[in-house]
Amino acid sequence: MKSWWFTEDCYPDLPDEDSYRSIRVDLPNIHCEPEKASELYNRYLDLWCACDEIGLGIMLNEHHQTATCMVPAAPIMLGILARQTKTARLLILGNPLPNRNQPVRVAEEMALVDVISKGRLECGFVRSVPYEAAAANILPYKGAERLWEAHDLIMKAWTTHDGPFNFEGKYYHHRQVNIWPRPYQQPHPPVWITMGSHGSAIPVARHKHVGAVFLAGYPKIRDVFDGYRESYLAAHGEHAPLDRLAYLGLCYVGENEREAEDGARKLLWYMESNKVPAEWSNPPGYHTPAVSATVMRGKDGSGVPTNPTLAQQMTRGNVFAGTPDQVYEQIKAFWEYSGGFGHMLLMGQAGFLSDADALKSMKLYKKEVEPRLIELMENADPAELWEKSKAAPVQEGVDLGNFGIEFVR
Amino acid sequence: MKLQGFDIDVVRKGSGQPLLMLHGGGGPIAAMPFADRLAEKFEIIAPTHPGFASSPIPDHFNRVDDLSFLYLDLLDELDLNDVILMGFSMGGWTAVELATMNSNRLSKLVLVDSVGVKVGGRYDRDIADVFALPAEKLVELMFHDASVVPKPQDIPDEQLQVIASNRTALGVYTWDPYMHNPKLPHRLHRIKVPTHFIWGASDGVVTVDYGRKYCAMIDGATMTVIEKAGHSPQMEQPDAFVDAVFAFAG
Repeated sequence: MKSWWFTEDCYPDLPDEDSYRSIRVDLPNIHCEPEKASELYNRYLDLWCACDEIGLGIMLNEHHQTATCMVPAAPIMLGILARQTKTARLLILGNPLPNRNQPVRVAEEMALVDVISKGRLECGFVRSVPYEAAAANILPYKGAERLWEAHDLIMKAWTTHDGPFNFEGKYYHHRQVNIWPRPYQQPHPPVWITMGSHGSAIPVARHKHVGAVFLAGYPKIRDVFDGYRESYLAAHGEHAPLDRLAYLGLCYVGENEREAEDGARKLLWYMESNKVPAEWSNPPGYHTPAVSATVMRGKDGSGVPTNPTLAQQMTRGNVFAGTPDQVYEQIKAFWEYSGGFGHMLLMGQAGFLSDADALKSMKLYKKEVEPRLIELMENADPAELWEKSKAAPVQEGVDLGNFGIEFVR
Repeated sequence: MKLQGFDIDVVRKGSGQPLLMLHGGGGPIAAMPFADRLAEKFEIIAPTHPGFASSPIPDHFNRVDDLSFLYLDLLDELDLNDVILMGFSMGGWTAVELATMNSNRLSKLVLVDSVGVKVGGRYDRDIADVFALPAEKLVELMFHDASVVPKPQDIPDEQLQVIASNRTALGVYTWDPYMHNPKLPHRLHRIKVPTHFIWGASDGVVTVDYGRKYCAMIDGATMTVIEKAGHSPQMEQPDAFVDAVFAFAG
């Protein structure tokens, strides 16, 4: 098991929630004090650098026009970390390809980071969440199609070494593609793609890329992972290795239950602060008409609840929190139920969680939890795990209704 | 009917001079009372734009001129002549594009609270960003009397899904550049038929001021402003609307 530590780089010092309609897209940036932002960026970079010392993988992402994530250009943060860290793998998850008008630029940026870091890049591509449509000014209709066309162009840019090639696709046109530098890792850096459904997992498996799932919990995880495993088996005639699958949850490890609960509650800021009205979470063409209709009905009409409790989120498999023993047991149970995965993505900092508390959890996880997860993986057979997963009865998770319905990828 | 290899839903009703009716972003309107009255004098031909009313969108369709070419084909296919072309909102934009391409089969052009051009500067939001507005605010801008509009919570799921698919289709055709074609003002001189604008006085999506500026761009175009009506005067004031059409084209 490989573990990756992640924070969204939030700006939590906001006015009373009732004073604004949305934390994303149209929250005026007068609320973002440059001095404070600078301090926060440097703190978050220090935490990522600490991953390098502790021995955890580094994961980062980007969002736009939002206080929930202050990184509008993840490749820039990645460039800093490529230079400031020495051994950690650097996972960007990821580049929001449908919202990029020039995929070749993405290929260049990623190759640059790969070369500076001497081949430590793990390059993720995402369709991105609905709130990004307005910020990017990109219609999210057929976003997956745009993602895959951009993906194809980037892969070809990374792997073509004999001068310019031509690309004239449906969405992207670039007539003289010949990137400098080429990637450090040959033939290209490992590729990760996020998956939100059974169907979206299929092309990821066909390409043998790492398929990552965020916060699907017990209710959805088997459906998505099964989509990947079935497709992988059909396309390649062998079972998907565990290192092809990844899961992201919030995680806080404490020395005792009280400490852990305290830390986990602070992490929940990530979910609780996500106040977003339908006009941003439901751009035209992002959702199916059925989901779109649900979002349109809103909270008053059985729409989107925002404040599940910590206990509910833990039961659902979205949050792992407790003593090292407890966290190991929680992850192990979820891992077995899901049919297994080789990458644990840990959101370990959010909201007002202090650096000291974040570091304490990171170190405890590294020392007490990760070794047992690695041991668990050592003799794991993907086929056997999958069979066991299929045989396991449906977990009675807490039904959170439409929680996260607008958050597909 | 079959056009360009696709099945297009086309409502035909009434008899008389042909009137090609192009609906706006809200979807088909040919079943509304105002259309019944128009059908007393005209033969209404009202296609549903692909993507609206839950119909599929052809894979290569993503601009308003895709629709304009589609309806040029429709005019040829039905061999219609002396046609009154009437467009509402984005259907008005479609009509203007069509008329600039080829107005040989047209006799008159009627534009109702139409979009399609930019009249202000780059920092001016000429046309309300309908995709960025809270639902209740959008309804206020669209209607003179918003109180009669049902809330999403009171709309049956099936109907709400149709509304959602209409919204997607509207996005596909109008997202960027938003609700206009920058080249269109340079082509308006090609419109060779009498043109009349009809506008709701309370329209907050595209204001009367926008309508007047648009009207001034087309040689000889005239305009009727309908009181106590917003973006859809044909719905809020059907009688005044039909009177205005008859006065111009009857």
